Amino acid sequence: MFEATARNRRAQRVQKLYAILFGLMTALLILPVLIILGTLIYKGGSMISIDFLFTEPTNGMTEGGIFPALLGTVWLVSVALLASVPLGVAAAIYLSEYAPDNWLTRAINLAIINLAGVPSIVHALFGVGAFVIFFGFGTSILAASLTLAIMTLPVVIVSTKESLQAVPQAFRVACWNMGATRWQTIRRVVLPNAVSGILTGIILEVSRTTGETAPIMFTGAVFFSPYLPQGIFDQTMALSLHLFVVTTQVPEVPEALPYGVALVLIFLVLLMNSLSIGFRMYLRGKKKW
Amino acid sequence: MVAPKLVVEGLSISYGGKTVLHDINLEVQENEIFGIIGPANAGKTSFLKAINRMSDFESDMQVSGTIRFNGRDIRTLRNLYAYRSRIGVVFPLPVGLPLTIYENVALAPRLRGVKHRDELDEMVERCLKRAALWEEVKDRLHVLGSLLSGGQQQRLTIARALSQEPELLMLDEFSIAVDPVTTMRIEDVLKELKREITIILVTNLVQQARRLADRTAFFLEGKCVEIAETEALFTGTVQDQRTRDYIEGRFG
Ligand SMILES: Nc1ncnc2c1ncn2[C@@H]1O[C@H](COP(=O)(O)OP(=O)(O)OP(=O)(O)O)[C@@H](O)[C@H]1O
Ligand SMILES: [Mg+2]
Repeated sequence: MFEATARNRRAQRVQKLYAILFGLMTALLILPVLIILGTLIYKGGSMISIDFLFTEPTNGMTEGGIFPALLGTVWLVSVALLASVPLGVAAAIYLSEYAPDNWLTRAINLAIINLAGVPSIVHALFGVGAFVIFFGFGTSILAASLTLAIMTLPVVIVSTKESLQAVPQAFRVACWNMGATRWQTIRRVVLPNAVSGILTGIILEVSRTTGETAPIMFTGAVFFSPYLPQGIFDQTMALSLHLFVVTTQVPEVPEALPYGVALVLIFLVLLMNSLSIGFRMYLRGKKKW
Repeated sequence: MVAPKLVVEGLSISYGGKTVLHDINLEVQENEIFGIIGPANAGKTSFLKAINRMSDFESDMQVSGTIRFNGRDIRTLRNLYAYRSRIGVVFPLPVGLPLTIYENVALAPRLRGVKHRDELDEMVERCLKRAALWEEVKDRLHVLGSLLSGGQQQRLTIARALSQEPELLMLDEFSIAVDPVTTMRIEDVLKELKREITIILVTNLVQQARRLADRTAFFLEGKCVEIAETEALFTGTVQDQRTRDYIEGRFG
């Protein structure tokens, strides 16, 4: 009974081989991440302190903390989110739930996917032309955030659309059968079941926005500012740009400083990503079908 | 004589050019259970979809011919939502919405604008009782409907259809996943409901049609072969030999 044939045994050997092979690939993949983190902590860990996070840079940015940059990044990301999330989610709902399946819709979808591939420096130039000059916002948080928003909008739209489309069509049909309108169906059945995916997409977008440098560099972020931003029409420092500056533009910076800045930046991003993963796991536990 | 609830004239249905239902003509009277029997592929489900205009949501489904509901040609309807809300449908594969049992049944009343908790509670209880599900779920109304067993979900969709307080109830092989005892209980409810509403019952069980339907139509390969008083069909006065063969299980 259940004697393994030669063929069975061979299949099992092959199967083991593939498991090992793919396992190795995965290990290779996480290696760089570990090396980067390790180096950062080793070289910049000594910088991290409450003071470093909450004081201003001094002495030509060679000493002191990073508070204005940290605060600026929070500003930039928040305003960018305020602009991109409502717009992106609304567009995704329209495209997924209302738009008829015709060539125009398909063309729009294609355009959005392509927009996601536009290099960020191109978005930066667009931001300068549109927000700084044409709309007259000047170099400001508003202009920089809107540039970031435009850049991440396709990502929000695509991820939201995917979450919506993961909700089985049968649920919608069942609702329509009862005489529910499209909006009633979306509000009561589709959105509640897509919200975890939508939020995950948004958090991932936040983490991407946090690290961007090019789009903000000409539109609202400055090398150094003695003042903290007071509103969306002010310029601001930002972590990503600050890292670039202390690494390449300022002479005689102690070696640990850029590593410290990078560590804070990467920690912010990782924090946001783990939040997103944790959130997804929490909501998956409550999955409804 | 009262006007019929539903009049179907020259109804044809095709999917992407392939006709699956040809020239159906029939009337369904108020407070009648109208049975439809026929083998797979006869077009029974498609027929139901045309009646509540779910065909609008299937881009390759074309419907021609006239359907009149309460005397009104449904092609001229403006408010399709109101129309569909007056027709309850139960499809053979139960779709429990990803909501709690309670919310599954309370959804239709909520959509109509019922807000008071008492009213909703009462409605949910009544519909679940009629669908013979109340006893099994009354202690866990707030767990997800999709966690119920297949047969229970089927009854949940029946309760949901009833919660619409429909004028017309269309059941498509509702007992497919329901055990015989429970099926009998639901059948009793249908007989009672007939006093208030009209029912179209599509069934694969010819004996179920015999037990419930006042009149029965026999669909075969996209055509309506015969419509007759149910008793007449089963006691021998069929017009078409194919009907007899099907009823007596000598088909093929
Ligand atoms: N969405 C669809 N697209 C294309 N063809 C379809 C679609 N729905 C049904 N059909 C076709 O229409 C025909 C009739 O199907 P229908 O579901 O109405 O039959 P039925 O009588 O309900 O069968 P059953 O007893 O198996 O439920 C079949 O040939 C089927 O392939
Ligand atoms: Mg069918």
